[in-house]
Amino acid sequence: MDILFSLIDGIMIALQPMNLGLAIVGVIVGLFVGAMPGLGSVNGVAILLPFTFVIHNISGGATSPMIFLAAVYYGAMYGGAISSVALGIPGASTAVATTFDGRPLALQGRAHIALMAAALASFAGATISNVLFTAFAPMLASVALDFGNPEIFALMLLAFATFAGLGGDDVAKTIFSICFGLALSAVGFDIISGEPRLLFFDIQGFSHGIRFLVLAIGIYGIAEMLWTLNSARGDSSISKVDVSFASMFEAMSRFRHAWRGTLIGSALGFFVGLLPAAGATPASLMSYGIAKMTSRDSKNFGKGALDGVAAPEAANNSASTGAMLPMMTLGIPGSPTTAVLLAGMVIWGLEPGPLLFTEQPDFVWPLIGSFYISNFVAVLVNIAFIPLFLWMLRMPFTILVPLVFVLSVVGTYAAYMNMFDVWLMVLVGIGGFFMRMMNYPVAPAVLAIVLGPIAEPTLRQTLMQYETFTVFLTRPIAGPITIAAIFLILLPMVRPLIARIRGGRAGAKGI
Amino acid sequence: MRRGEIITAFILGIFSVYLMWKSGEPPAWNPDVPRFANIGYDESGTPGSGFWPFWLGVMMLASCIWTGVSWALKRTPASVSEEPLLDAHGWKMLITVGGGLLGFTGLIHILGAYGAILVFLLYYIRFLGKHAWVKTISISVSVPVVCFFFFDIAMRIVLPKGYLEPLFIPLYDIFL
Repeated sequence: MDILFSLIDGIMIALQPMNLGLAIVGVIVGLFVGAMPGLGSVNGVAILLPFTFVIHNISGGATSPMIFLAAVYYGAMYGGAISSVALGIPGASTAVATTFDGRPLALQGRAHIALMAAALASFAGATISNVLFTAFAPMLASVALDFGNPEIFALMLLAFATFAGLGGDDVAKTIFSICFGLALSAVGFDIISGEPRLLFFDIQGFSHGIRFLVLAIGIYGIAEMLWTLNSARGDSSISKVDVSFASMFEAMSRFRHAWRGTLIGSALGFFVGLLPAAGATPASLMSYGIAKMTSRDSKNFGKGALDGVAAPEAANNSASTGAMLPMMTLGIPGSPTTAVLLAGMVIWGLEPGPLLFTEQPDFVWPLIGSFYISNFVAVLVNIAFIPLFLWMLRMPFTILVPLVFVLSVVGTYAAYMNMFDVWLMVLVGIGGFFMRMMNYPVAPAVLAIVLGPIAEPTLRQTLMQYETFTVFLTRPIAGPITIAAIFLILLPMVRPLIARIRGGRAGAKGI
Repeated sequence: MRRGEIITAFILGIFSVYLMWKSGEPPAWNPDVPRFANIGYDESGTPGSGFWPFWLGVMMLASCIWTGVSWALKRTPASVSEEPLLDAHGWKMLITVGGGLLGFTGLIHILGAYGAILVFLLYYIRFLGKHAWVKTISISVSVPVVCFFFFDIAMRIVLPKGYLEPLFIPLYDIFL
């Protein structure tokens, strides 16, 4: 009961007119920053951090600045899905998985359904996560510490295995794409030994590594557009989407078909978000994989499955709240955004630690209350803006395509302030177009370049610590995950054998 | 498609070998270390800097060989398809759109981001899209203006200006 009363007190403080106004402004700003390709929640929070000093001077307390930052964070997490669905460019790494099915839905003229599912799944994910956070925060903080390097690498392996085993694409090409993405993520400096490596053709631009957004924008912004142009054969519009109240209500009612993905994303997202060094991006990709793996309609994934939109969106919002937990109770940020948020919170008086909830209740509960309020404001604002986002899709193809190219180029430059990355993005886009034409799946490569910087150090640190690969099979948490991953990798090879055996038996019985 | 399949697998196979070769490179400050000394464990039991990319390269090469075998045995749809990789429409699209995109990126070095956006949108909307001049000019001018106020003014992210930099100094004086 104490928790409930504290939470109600916190929500009442977050609902004060000034705090509510800040939440609304923060959500709207975050939504548009998150929707802009190249800019994600980390940019929004970092850029707006200085504004909290102004808010602090006006409000005279630490609560209002923190509510504003939380609102920007939530807004940006919602916004990432918008460009994924409407333009086919992931606004941030957390929204990559949303593109896999959100984009096909938009191309089928069902962008309103995808955007509504993304908004409602995000709301559900964040709400479930908030409740879990409120109820189990201190206990879960210690569980997260049981996840060491072997467990995290096993989770990464499972994510890759899902694509190889259940992707439905050519297995050899899928494995190539995964390894290709992982290899690209290793370009630059080896973070363990500090040695430069893989500076292709000795071009110094590679020394800072190949950034995720360069690959993602190149593949989804450029390659996908070129592929669509080649397939559309002069068709003038990208999709004939209906923007009306009736279509909005229809989109809302369709969301009931996405409950499975939403639940998987919410639960898994929160759990993965808790893990130090994981965060919302791996959570959304894994949730997509698990939703696909457990779906009866897994063949529809990648072609416009509603669960394929709901699972990653629920997961990235759920993980965003989950990632607050190690940040607040252990002082370990789970992602770049939470690192910036932690900096903001420390400026305004937070002292992270296991006793945070007992020693600083006046700070913590209004902040948690603001999570609930920001989430509620974010879903309302997001739904209100859906017609505006849909309007983008009604543009003629010959206007939308150059705008997507402009946003891709400008977004890449804005993210890294480097023309080398812009050139690389364009070349990756043109190369990706040819790979797409030759049926090399691009999604696993994007997944791999995101997870590579987590997978490599966890594998090497495990081998340094335990000096054997068998540790992945013998540890109580890592073992079952690794076995599941091995099973999935072998599944495409085993499946024809099983079919042959069944066929043989059926033949022997004379069926 | 059949020819494209094996050519792509061959090119990607060459890239895999190059990746393995680069992974084994000794660090610049210690050229006496033999190549490929870093792809296994060092004397302290630590996997070297080339360990991860080298073995990924091996797996990539194995995947390309697998694709090649499937091609030879005609097991995949692409390996039995006699359709061309790109037809005349595809090549025209790639040259006009892909070429325009490369030109746009190159123009950023000369005209800056905003000037290049203006020229690229004029080219695409008017000459590829065949829209009316009024629509073309209104979009081509408004997009760089909105981008300028969003990136340079609101977000304080300064995009390149190229040789047009002096034109922006009065705007900075007014808005910043």
